[in-house]
Amino acid sequence: MYRYDQFDALIVHERVAQFRGQVARRLSGELLEDEFKPLRLQNGVYLQLHAYMLRIAIPYGQLSPVQLRRLAEIARDYDRGFGHFTTRQNIQFNWVALKDIPDVLEKLAEVEMHAIQTSGNCIRNTTTDHFAGAAQDELLDPRAWCEIIRQWSTFHPEFAFLPRKFKIAVTAAEHDRAAIRVHDVGLHIRKRGDEVGFEVHVGGGQGRTPHLAALVNPFVPEAQILDYLEAIMRVYNRHGRRDNKYKARIKILVSELGEAEYIRQVEEEFAAQRPGEKIDLPASEVARIHAYFALPALAARPAVSKTLEAAKAADPAFARWTRANLHPHKVAGYTSVTVSLKPLGVAPGDATGAQMEVVADLCEKYGHADIRVSHAQNLILPHVALADLPAVYAALDAAGLGAANESRITDMIVCPGLDYCNLANARSIPVALAVQKVFADPAYEEDIGKLHINVSGCINACGHHHVGHIGILGVDKKGEEFYQILLGGRADEKAALGEIVGPGLKAEDVPAAIHRVVEFYRAGRTSPAEKFIDTLERIGHQRFQEALYAAG
Amino acid sequence: MPLVKGGAEIANDWTFVPDGAPLPGLGRFSVSFSRYLGLKQGQENGPLPNGVRLGPVDDPGQLEPFLPEIALIEVDFPRYTDGRGYSQAQLLRRRYGYPGELRAVGHVLRDQIFYMHRSGIDAYETRRAGLSEVVEALGEFTEAYQPAVSGPATIFRERDGA
Repeated sequence: MYRYDQFDALIVHERVAQFRGQVARRLSGELLEDEFKPLRLQNGVYLQLHAYMLRIAIPYGQLSPVQLRRLAEIARDYDRGFGHFTTRQNIQFNWVALKDIPDVLEKLAEVEMHAIQTSGNCIRNTTTDHFAGAAQDELLDPRAWCEIIRQWSTFHPEFAFLPRKFKIAVTAAEHDRAAIRVHDVGLHIRKRGDEVGFEVHVGGGQGRTPHLAALVNPFVPEAQILDYLEAIMRVYNRHGRRDNKYKARIKILVSELGEAEYIRQVEEEFAAQRPGEKIDLPASEVARIHAYFALPALAARPAVSKTLEAAKAADPAFARWTRANLHPHKVAGYTSVTVSLKPLGVAPGDATGAQMEVVADLCEKYGHADIRVSHAQNLILPHVALADLPAVYAALDAAGLGAANESRITDMIVCPGLDYCNLANARSIPVALAVQKVFADPAYEEDIGKLHINVSGCINACGHHHVGHIGILGVDKKGEEFYQILLGGRADEKAALGEIVGPGLKAEDVPAAIHRVVEFYRAGRTSPAEKFIDTLERIGHQRFQEALYAAG
Repeated sequence: MPLVKGGAEIANDWTFVPDGAPLPGLGRFSVSFSRYLGLKQGQENGPLPNGVRLGPVDDPGQLEPFLPEIALIEVDFPRYTDGRGYSQAQLLRRRYGYPGELRAVGHVLRDQIFYMHRSGIDAYETRRAGLSEVVEALGEFTEAYQPAVSGPATIFRERDGA
């Protein structure tokens, strides 16, 4: 993984000193809360319902065991013993005192971490495929370009006060696991002959007016991508709406201008750049950063592991876990393991300090010191030998991390909701846990197969309800929580926005309604191999909707 | 209001003349972008100012032919959260090669000054930060990844030369 050199380290340490000064000026009253707000936000500090929340950047979701242990330490020393992994592949702590935040940032800087631009109207953490560098189906490893984008966007002087937040995602695999079509900018790495470039999508997003991104340029050569991003950002910074925060995202600019006019403006700005305006990224620098992301030295192993096969035969629970939580690796004899943070009855994406340490230890022993956070709020060990899986599973299971549910119905994306968030209209965690209970039988869940349920506690859509196969959206009606159900969303290469199917349900009616929809799918699928989303698209929403509302 | 430039607090010998107010015959004064263009295009007769104040929506590209005659461009930040002035400054310096004074006016706070400086603004009119705060803010970061008119080479370039 990338390691800081003296430049990166200096910037992060200077940031800690700067923020320490800002906090001191706030605590002394010299800075008003209104003036402090954009400063703390650019450092990931939110004022939530009960306390300040600190969101820490995990660039493109990659962590070393040393970093994960440091997060565990922060959870124990400054929070209530746990942290919450987010859909931006970051982690947030909900109970950190403002006066302690500079110290926390200093501890992070020691392990090459920071909270820079994890909130605020600036360029946020760039996300990518959580199997990057390991996945069999990727064209090349997208992380080096994510790191280059991280550096370019860090303290970019022109783009620190954008109309609204700005999120970039990168994928290099045909099967899009980074949800690039619902990002402000989605980049798909392509090759034309030997030349590497980026297919550029702009203007996707969720929130209260969801949009799928427009294809703005099918191929920007890699040497020009930062300059092209500058053009995209400048057109947005100058012309994005600032009169209404709900119309300020780039998706509104693209849709109000129309795709053709928007593309014309970006191309015009790009063409107008003079030589002195170019980023001038030396090829040696690109090569230097790429070198950090070389595949670890993986000893040759047989494609089939006798140890693994014997363990599967001996332990049905382990066998089920291997059927759910493994992803094909580009090297024979290895696999990528999903460590599910969605066991029954736990706030999705939460991990205790002790659990983080278990994962860090396992990663050091079996995982080549590489850990990822997925946007689905799970952890990944991308490089594990098949023969080591029984030991890995045993340790995970003992720590309460053995759930066999990756991309299954209980592996939900869920926002913190009204339990924590001061934007929310309704609670999301309790309704998610109630739905989980219906599908608690592992054999039943396995029979249902791949099915994404995403839950948001308000229309800001932090729980990605628009792109869940089934979306659940909490709303407030005259002081009572109701839940609207959406069907047919997906965030992959066939990205689609779900449709609200009818009137909202009371919280207690949601689990049975979801159950009816799932049973309707099981009865209607051509075979167990036909996934929920495929059956839904084949049969149509109408009949699923009828099932949803059929009185029980 | 304190005006800081070049590491010192300096006297402000410029006057901004609001739209509609009579233009002085002598002295250094600035007018709004639209009034400046009106004077240049003969829609209004009067002494030609050599200072222009840009609002956030104004297109600095329209000033390009006149830049040799302009000695002061004020970039107005009506609210510190409005970042359009940073793009205007970058365009003026790096695309159009404007060499004169580029002054931030309006809601100019200490913690925006570093970004302003990196974007090419070299004078800061602010009641919220004195000289020592401005100097401190400018020194908070010694390196940067992005190219700028002033300041160090980009980190990308420095690494290549190292």
